Amino acid sequence: MEYIKAFIVGGGICVIGQILLDRTKLTSGRIMVIFSVTGAFLTALGVYQPVVEFAGAGATVPILGFGYSLANGVIAEVKSEGLFGIMTGGLKATAGGISAAIAFGYLAALFSNPKSKG
Amino acid sequence: MILKDIESLKEDYPNIVETHSPKNKVFKNSFRAFWVGGLICAIGQFLNNVFIYHGLNQKEATSATTIVLIMASSILTGLNIFDKIGKYAGAGSSVPITGFANSMVSAAMEYKKEGFIYGMGAKQFTIAGPVIVFGTISSIVIGIIYYLL
Repeated sequence: MEYIKAFIVGGGICVIGQILLDRTKLTSGRIMVIFSVTGAFLTALGVYQPVVEFAGAGATVPILGFGYSLANGVIAEVKSEGLFGIMTGGLKATAGGISAAIAFGYLAALFSNPKSKG
Repeated sequence: MILKDIESLKEDYPNIVETHSPKNKVFKNSFRAFWVGGLICAIGQFLNNVFIYHGLNQKEATSATTIVLIMASSILTGLNIFDKIGKYAGAGSSVPITGFANSMVSAAMEYKKEGFIYGMGAKQFTIAGPVIVFGTISSIVIGIIYYLL
């Protein structure tokens, strides 16, 4: 059941992205920015947490989930560290994903070439 | 007579384009985005459950799932397979976190010829950079608001 929930909610979020892609002049890079910022503010407003509880990875795997982690991280850090947490909470919570993307991304590119040129 | 035809043709042109362009494009693309995006999230759910089973808490499991998906999509991009998935699925593969990793690898691959440091190292962030910049700023703004409340 939780797989079906993840499938439907995750798929639905991608459909919103696809409609924005087809119907507006937004590029996929801009959609990624809009989605991550939207995810952060929806989380701060308490709207996104119920979606995550309902859909699990269906809500955290889309880039909205990146914003979710940022917002949750900074809120938790402000709670425990106070003022200083403002600067550390967001990136601390997302450090795993960002580090992975930087390191694996660089390595994967290092060992491969674009098909058209190779 | 011919001139008149051209004039009428000009007027009709938007209608002609309208009748010949595929009408169900948005529907078809959305369907593709739906099932591929949904599948990626279902795989994410499976990974999440595996990590929970091995004793990670929910926060760690979410992070580990993200890392594995990023690793997988980096490798698939390097092998030129993600490109094909992306062409088929559109937002279905770019909206999940896989698209974030894909944007880094493909940009770095493209600029490999400009060098390992200023080519790959810098261009890697062409698309992913703005996401990190605006994401970080949002988190700081949220932090400030939360601190003041």
